[in-house]
Amino acid sequence: MKAKGAFSPDIIAFCCAQSAYQAADTAGSMRIPYPENIRVIRVPCAGRVDVLHILRAFEKGADGVLVLGCHEEACRHLSGNVRAKNRVQKLNTLLQEVGIDGERVEMFTLAPNQGFRFARIANEINERIKELGPSPVK
Amino acid sequence: MIVAERKPLEDIKEMIAGYKKILILGCGTCVTICWAGGEKEVAVLSSQLRLASKKNGNELEILEDTIERQCEKELVEALKDKVQQVEVVLSMGCGAGVQTIAEIFPDTPVYPALNTKFVGMPEGEGIWVETCRTCGDCFLDKTGGICPIVRCAKGLLNGPCGGTNSGKCEVDPEKDCAWTLIYRRLEQQGRLDTMRKYYPPRNFQAVIRPGKVETLQA
Repeated sequence: MKAKGAFSPDIIAFCCAQSAYQAADTAGSMRIPYPENIRVIRVPCAGRVDVLHILRAFEKGADGVLVLGCHEEACRHLSGNVRAKNRVQKLNTLLQEVGIDGERVEMFTLAPNQGFRFARIANEINERIKELGPSPVK
Repeated sequence: MIVAERKPLEDIKEMIAGYKKILILGCGTCVTICWAGGEKEVAVLSSQLRLASKKNGNELEILEDTIERQCEKELVEALKDKVQQVEVVLSMGCGAGVQTIAEIFPDTPVYPALNTKFVGMPEGEGIWVETCRTCGDCFLDKTGGICPIVRCAKGLLNGPCGGTNSGKCEVDPEKDCAWTLIYRRLEQQGRLDTMRKYYPPRNFQAVIRPGKVETLQA
């Protein structure tokens, strides 16, 4: 039960359909608890996520963003996960310029059967964003 | 192509401080290719400026547009309606683009979001290098297509200096000696006799600034 006035971060999770989305589903089927405030958006590949998607998420009030894709060398689209990783790195610079902590965005890799890992990542990022507080541009 | 780089966000914020409605204008030619001022970069800069304004509690409305080339009067003139709606135009074109817009719309401040760096080409993904100094008196037929004005630290015209060292430059040991490269290229083409000729000092007035070329299309 949420304490009155407790900060519940708005976290957007861009989940690759080949891995993270299935892992989230696995977590759900196995009843592995993860925070309800993580909003999952399915994408065909982590490489589909653009820096603009993440910037606009912050414009619309997100406190944190997760990009979840396949493990290295497991990308069905060959290098989508690598592109996503590079974009998140570039995004760090763009966010620092605006005064948003780069810790609010991170990319993780996982496999479709890693329900526990998905839940662990979701919990970890939720705690991290709670520590950081609401986005300074909210 | 012209290679440019976006100014630091702090500099851009300082330029547009106090304005409430601006137009960020991209260019679809050189600066799109070098990832500095195309449609995507316009969208990213707009997003960053909106976030920054929100953070500081300022009001800022941004119109976005990208035209094929900012250095053409007809293309810029077509923006009249949009420019009339804003207080300032933030151009993401090269210096030529900024000045064209400023000339067509003299009542509206036009600010540069980019620093125009040089004429160059891509060396690898995301890496652009200067290859032409626009000296106005092209020498490349004599140097196998390698420009010593740009690539030689001393801008020499008649072969390497005494400091060439295993193909590297004595001024900057990270750099290749341009004349070693030129020698190898001419050797490959069987044109080493070109290097035996003496070329007198350059006419640096070949292009009087600002340069002007008048021509008729064939």
